[in-house]
Amino acid sequence: MSAVLTRWGLSTTPPPEPPPAEPNYLNHNYSIWSWLFTTDHKRIGILYLISITLFFVGGGIAAGVVRLNLLAPNGAIVTEDVYNRAFTAHGVLMLFFFLIPAVPAVFGNFFIPMMIGAKDLAFPKLNLASWYVFMLGAACAAWSVLVGGIDTGWTLYPPYSTRASQASVVPGVLGAFIAGFSSIMTGLNIMVTIHKMRAPGLTWNRLPLFVWALYATSLIQLLATPVLGITLVLLMVERMWGVGIFDPSIGGDPVLFQHLFWFYSHPAVYIMILPGMGVISEVITCFSRKNIFGYAAVAWSSVGIAVVGFLLWAHHMFVAGISFYAAILFSFLSMLVAVPSAIKVFNWTATLYRGSITFQAPMIFALGFIFLFIIGGLTGLYLATLGTDIHLHDTYFVVAHFHFVMVGGMVMAYFAALHYWWPKMFGRMYSDWWSRLAAMIIIVGFFLTFIPQFIMGYHGMPRRYPNYPANLQILNVMSTAGGSILGLGYLMPAIYLTLSLINGPKASSNPWSATGLEWQTPSPPSIHNFEETPIVVCGPYEYAIGVDQMGRPLPEGPGEGGPIDPASHAGHPYPAGPVPKETEVVG
Amino acid sequence: MAASTHTSVLKHHFDRLDQQHASERLGMWMFLATEVLFFSGLFGAYTVYRLYYPTEFEFASSKLNRVIATINTLFLITSSMTITFGIRSAKLGDRSGLIRYLVLTLLLGTAFMVLKAFEYTADYEERYMPGTLFRSEYNAAFEAIFPTDPQQKPLSREEAKLYFEKDAQSEHPKHQHWAAELVLLNYRKSTADPDYIDPGKVQLFLSFYYIMTGIHGIHILAGLGCLIWLIIEAARDAIPPENYSTVEVVSLYWHLVDGIWLFLMPLLYLAGAGWVATY
Ligand code: HEM
Ligand SMILES: [Cu+2]
Repeated sequence: MSAVLTRWGLSTTPPPEPPPAEPNYLNHNYSIWSWLFTTDHKRIGILYLISITLFFVGGGIAAGVVRLNLLAPNGAIVTEDVYNRAFTAHGVLMLFFFLIPAVPAVFGNFFIPMMIGAKDLAFPKLNLASWYVFMLGAACAAWSVLVGGIDTGWTLYPPYSTRASQASVVPGVLGAFIAGFSSIMTGLNIMVTIHKMRAPGLTWNRLPLFVWALYATSLIQLLATPVLGITLVLLMVERMWGVGIFDPSIGGDPVLFQHLFWFYSHPAVYIMILPGMGVISEVITCFSRKNIFGYAAVAWSSVGIAVVGFLLWAHHMFVAGISFYAAILFSFLSMLVAVPSAIKVFNWTATLYRGSITFQAPMIFALGFIFLFIIGGLTGLYLATLGTDIHLHDTYFVVAHFHFVMVGGMVMAYFAALHYWWPKMFGRMYSDWWSRLAAMIIIVGFFLTFIPQFIMGYHGMPRRYPNYPANLQILNVMSTAGGSILGLGYLMPAIYLTLSLINGPKASSNPWSATGLEWQTPSPPSIHNFEETPIVVCGPYEYAIGVDQMGRPLPEGPGEGGPIDPASHAGHPYPAGPVPKETEVVG
Repeated sequence: MAASTHTSVLKHHFDRLDQQHASERLGMWMFLATEVLFFSGLFGAYTVYRLYYPTEFEFASSKLNRVIATINTLFLITSSMTITFGIRSAKLGDRSGLIRYLVLTLLLGTAFMVLKAFEYTADYEERYMPGTLFRSEYNAAFEAIFPTDPQQKPLSREEAKLYFEKDAQSEHPKHQHWAAELVLLNYRKSTADPDYIDPGKVQLFLSFYYIMTGIHGIHILAGLGCLIWLIIEAARDAIPPENYSTVEVVSLYWHLVDGIWLFLMPLLYLAGAGWVATY
């Protein structure tokens, strides 16, 4: 590495370790009010982290009920009515209250300003408001669960949801509606911040790919969520007053609801996956010590996914009675969106090629993401093909498909992000061994849970049915067993991450020797992130030349000669030296 | 721009004032994009049904109050102008001018809502609302012409016309004029007749009418709230010229709400302006 540096004529001394911030954003005030009324994007990120963790547990419990019940062909533990409510609660909680806010509201909130060298998001009060709105939405959802839950499935199709269902549909729908506003607020805030608050020298082509990904995500949040909003309003009006525009008895068209719903909910799957893709670009480059392969392709494919993602909603409705020509068109367009997704996967793979790869937990999660996302994406193509979808629609094959992309993809990326940025957020290292074990258990558990679902779906097991023919029991038992392993895997981070807060070794400011600006602040960061606005001189992933975005040499990375435990060089006494300010690296 | 002179205006996380203004403006534009998409769901649905059921929509629209709607349109357009004058005053540091224009805008917006409230009341009194009210009125008019009781003879078309005319002139008419017209229009038409005006689909239009104007009204109320806040801020001299973008941002929102009305007006009120009942 030093040879490369000499060739570039740079100083080989990494920047001095910034002194631990006193006070930092965590310890400057401990009162509860300082949290509830904070406008600090970092604290709001933590508020979101705590809340979505709760909803993840809630959604997980509902999933547990569903899986346990499927152990027996006629339902093992609950009545059919409860079963319906359990899978609906699972879907609504996991989608609207966990997966959609997961990366944007937690890591986007926390790290977008830091990655672009800003002191905060553009609208700090709006940011806090978004959390309150989110919690209000969650309170409505909780209210709906407490008065019995919804039994419509997360897709809420009328006329069942408007007329037939005996459950408390309105509070749950209201919850999703309100949570949508918080999603819009976060998206708007992030988008304006990226446009207007970048540090000097941070051109669009030097933005970390995580920022690009969140930009694309915010675009979808901004333009798709309001359509869901109005659709849910129409649904509530119809349900409450018995008059509405989806009511077939007065000439309304329930399929119109499906169009409007999927006009949001298909792009929403990209709200869920794009931030994860951004995380993967950060992690893969850092842990293979290479620049990203095809920066522009990866960056623009995010935008491509966001745009094309708006044009395929009706692939969820192939058997809902849409016209044959529309079906062909939407089938074709669905195939099209696989192209930018594949571009990303190919570029990540090329980035890995001949990299100096080390396998810390974030990297294991990221590799898991790539692997599982490929399977999820390819099975998406089966579903996008008209002929096969008629067989596979509304079967467990679809369930397995979207769990591969959403859980195998996004939840994996969420954990990658959590492990990657944890030392920065809390200034502590977690157990390397346990975290790697957990990552592997999660991947194995995931496979065991969802591979059988592809098979049973292919054999015709419909989704959302509590009963199934006895010959499918073995696959269902396998899936539930895998689910238990997966649950165990998810429990482990909860334990060792919490423990790390209590007695984890202190993390250095840049434990992974990463290039991004967020690592140029102390861990945990000070209140305003940067004492002075950083000046960016190069692209985001100059691992090969070994400089960060401010053009300063990187500290020794994990696995580079030293022991692999990144905690071990926390507080490493790097020789302090002046940093050449005018270092202009590559354009 | 020297930051020191604007310390009270420049927020801590911005470096420069122009950056702050640009962010505020961009944020509002993005919010407007969200709003457009929000309404576009409604407009899209409206378009679909209008294409499905053109006659019912025309009939239903013809019974709305076009006079109030026209006056309201004038109010809103004028208010868009006054708020723009307000921006200019704010920019020039003319505080009394700013307050004057903001109050004018507020008054025009309030006048809109007051008229709208009268209109809703009248609609309610005519029972021109989807759901049970509509159905019972229609059924009553239908029953008067085609009694369910087999002992009574149904009225002929001419008798029915006379009956409804007399009823309309009586002191306490038993039937709403729209229900009477609907019954006459559909006199002895089968539901498969292309000219048959399906009362269900009329209600569909009315659902759109109430939901669209209702949501628009909520937006107006939010705008009025912002205006009141601006007036208070201006009154306590908290809008210096270098911070005029606050007024500008609210005006952007106000223009959007105004602009949406300019679509609602033709779609809801003018769709049936050419309706002539022929029995
Ligand atoms: C590679 C591109 C993808 C293609 C071509 C694709 C295609 C499809 C198709 C055609 C369906 C409908 C199947 C049916 O109901 O019969 C579907 C369902 C679904 N997909 Fe994908 N998909 C892709 C990626 C993703 C991603 C990235 C996500 C989420 C992160 C996702 C989430 C979902 C969900 C949630 C459903 C089921 C929704 C429901 O009915 O409840 N898909 N996909
Ligand atoms: Cu889709």
